[in-house]
Amino acid sequence: MTQLPLADMGKIFQERRERAAESKARRVERERRLADAVCAWLGKDLVKRAAFRDQQTIYVPAARAHETLAHCKNALGFDQLTDCTAYDTLKLEGEHPERFVVVWTLTNLGQEAMLRIKAYLNEDEPVLPTATDLWVGADFPEREVYDMFGIEFEGHYNLKRLLMPESYVGYPLRKDYPLRGRGERDNFPVVPRTRKASYE
Amino acid sequence: MGLEDWLGNDFISTRIKDLLAWGRKNSLWPMPFGTACCAIELMATMSSRYDMARFGAEVVRFSPRQSDLLIVGGRVTLKMMPVLQRIWQQMPEPKWAISMGACASCGGVFDTYTMIQGVDQFIPIDVYIPGCPPRPENLIDAVRLIQDKVGKTEIQRLIDERTGVDHLARLEAMDRRRTQEATS
Amino acid sequence: MSSPTPQATSLSSDPIPSKPFGDAAISVEPGLGEKDMVINFGPQHPAMHGTLRLILRLNGEKVSGAEPDMGFLHTGFEKLGEYRTYNQYIVVTDRMNYFSAMANNTGFACAVEEMLGIECPPRAAAIRVLMCELSRISDHILGIGLQGMDMGAFTPMLWSFIEREKIYDVFELTSGGRLTTSYTRVGGLAFDLPDGVEYRVRTFLDRLDDTVRDMEGMLARNRIFMDRTVGVGVLTRDEAIAYGMSGPLARASGVDRDLRRDRPYLGYEQYDFDVPVFTDGCVYSRYQQRLAEIRESAKICRQVLDSMPSGPINALGAKATLPSKDDVYTKMESLIQHFMLTMPGHGIKTPESGEIYHATESPNGELGWYLISDGTAVPYRVRVRPPSLFAFQSILPMIKGRLVSDVVATMSSLNVIAGELDR
Repeated sequence: MTQLPLADMGKIFQERRERAAESKARRVERERRLADAVCAWLGKDLVKRAAFRDQQTIYVPAARAHETLAHCKNALGFDQLTDCTAYDTLKLEGEHPERFVVVWTLTNLGQEAMLRIKAYLNEDEPVLPTATDLWVGADFPEREVYDMFGIEFEGHYNLKRLLMPESYVGYPLRKDYPLRGRGERDNFPVVPRTRKASYE
Repeated sequence: MGLEDWLGNDFISTRIKDLLAWGRKNSLWPMPFGTACCAIELMATMSSRYDMARFGAEVVRFSPRQSDLLIVGGRVTLKMMPVLQRIWQQMPEPKWAISMGACASCGGVFDTYTMIQGVDQFIPIDVYIPGCPPRPENLIDAVRLIQDKVGKTEIQRLIDERTGVDHLARLEAMDRRRTQEATS
Repeated sequence: MSSPTPQATSLSSDPIPSKPFGDAAISVEPGLGEKDMVINFGPQHPAMHGTLRLILRLNGEKVSGAEPDMGFLHTGFEKLGEYRTYNQYIVVTDRMNYFSAMANNTGFACAVEEMLGIECPPRAAAIRVLMCELSRISDHILGIGLQGMDMGAFTPMLWSFIEREKIYDVFELTSGGRLTTSYTRVGGLAFDLPDGVEYRVRTFLDRLDDTVRDMEGMLARNRIFMDRTVGVGVLTRDEAIAYGMSGPLARASGVDRDLRRDRPYLGYEQYDFDVPVFTDGCVYSRYQQRLAEIRESAKICRQVLDSMPSGPINALGAKATLPSKDDVYTKMESLIQHFMLTMPGHGIKTPESGEIYHATESPNGELGWYLISDGTAVPYRVRVRPPSLFAFQSILPMIKGRLVSDVVATMSSLNVIAGELDR
């Protein structure tokens, strides 16, 4: 690579920055259009639509979540499930119809666009259909959500705890679960230094 | 050349116990129970720049049955603690343990539901290393502390204590046997 | 070979369920055949870096089924994030990916800045880019070294540590820590670059080409290495996308996506670099991919050094930025600002219901931070999208029907960081 004089470098960098800003504006516009398409497809079932810092979020009813994801994948080209997670609105200010929110972050690799789909989920019966039939990569994230929040994914082939031991009780990322746990971490047998001590 | 030249044909006298302790302390076989960041510093200590081999502890064995020094480096969690205990129990006597880093020693910055707040609650630890993660020099220092300890330990007494054998009774029995052998 | 864990006996009697991915699925009929046996691979095994565990079902030496088990390093990062302020949490991000702590610091700081709507000044951005690329080099070079070590070639690992130590020196000079750097702050950096960093980085980069060539000479045409890696652990492009793979692993399978180029952050768009893509998707192409990326990173580092802007390292106008320590001790306003940002009950003013997903290209792939703010100085929810999680679940189609030794090769090529996998 040839060494550019600093003044030229500044000019070239400036041009590249401008180009990147234009491309970002186009991307934001693309993401908005794709979100529009999802909203139009949902029609009156659309719960809410939000945009924060140019990131589009669509709230869908839990009953139609799987259908929406399938539509995004098959019709709109969102071929990668970037992330699937959840949060607990127990201590979050504002209006929340239900306690849990499941969040899917989708990526359209061809058009380089991102979309966030959310669904409110009932506290008493937190069950959703799985997305592993659409993206096999939803496997571990869904198991993690089950592990951390107790949200079940119907049809998941192997829904069991991912991170915590099988025998663990409770769902750590729920807001009513204490940070320091409920004494599980202090509850192990002690291996003594000498064997005599263990007989006493 | 080298050592032979220097020693010549002389001889030295020492006690068997001291000779064994000298050999044992300079040929520790660590079992690296490295789980997180400390494992990387453990690797750094073993490799080019810091080269633990200079201090006689370079034969890293991943099998607990072949090693006599457990280095617990990194975070130990609810799921890992039974594994760690099993590994400690699998190691043959005599054995020593180093708790490397803040997380293994006291939980470090992670005061959460899944972190064991110090592995010394559940297995015996001989040397603690502060730091998050400790520098390789700290680890080398800890190994040298362990070496001091190994050099000063009466191994048979240590093993007897840990396996529940009466050490004094053993010594008396050995004396009796020797007397019998001498008289017969 | 491996140390049994208490769960081993109960697991061996359960059939491993089938995967919902067509032909790539690993399906094991319930009821063991006479020849099948279940072995426990990890969590304390030299080939299972850190604390990973695979339960393998073997027919002879062929893998007929596998179940990854994880969580042995689950530290509760996400829960801890709900109790720590944004600047405090940067310390925690180091410990997540200890192969490349700088990249994690930067990723989190960028996500918070995006949420607050502030931008770090050009000099801070350039320094962050430099540090990210250095940590990418250190990650990839150790990844290659470990890959060699798992194939039985110990020398590349020792060589890689020579280079890593030089990068550690640079990190130590800039941030004070070798491994856990905690260098970024919301809105900028903890310290400016001290004297001597540029010289050190330049000499390191000059020597790096030789090192990369040496390592290539050691492994690239090595008969044993090639026999054990070429065509092993193949992941096709479609599988890579379906499994959510990203970063070098996806690019080795032919997915042409690099967030530095496609969603530029921190001024990556200014620099001139290529995105290498390999199409075979096997272990060997992942090795080639890492080598190629080291060269590209070195290119970026040189450009950053050539064009390093001067100016402040912290976004001075923003209320969210911690003032420099010198100012705190000497200036009244800075002291007040410091007080307002660090006292409990005060702190960074965040949007009432802000949420952001910001992804950076970490050495392992797309490292995403999903943050929800509630107006206080503590995040309401911190979610990490770890690249290693998606890499680890995709091991199933790669090792199906292969030999046990291929499992070792595949595992080491994925470069799964347990701290990031389990969080």
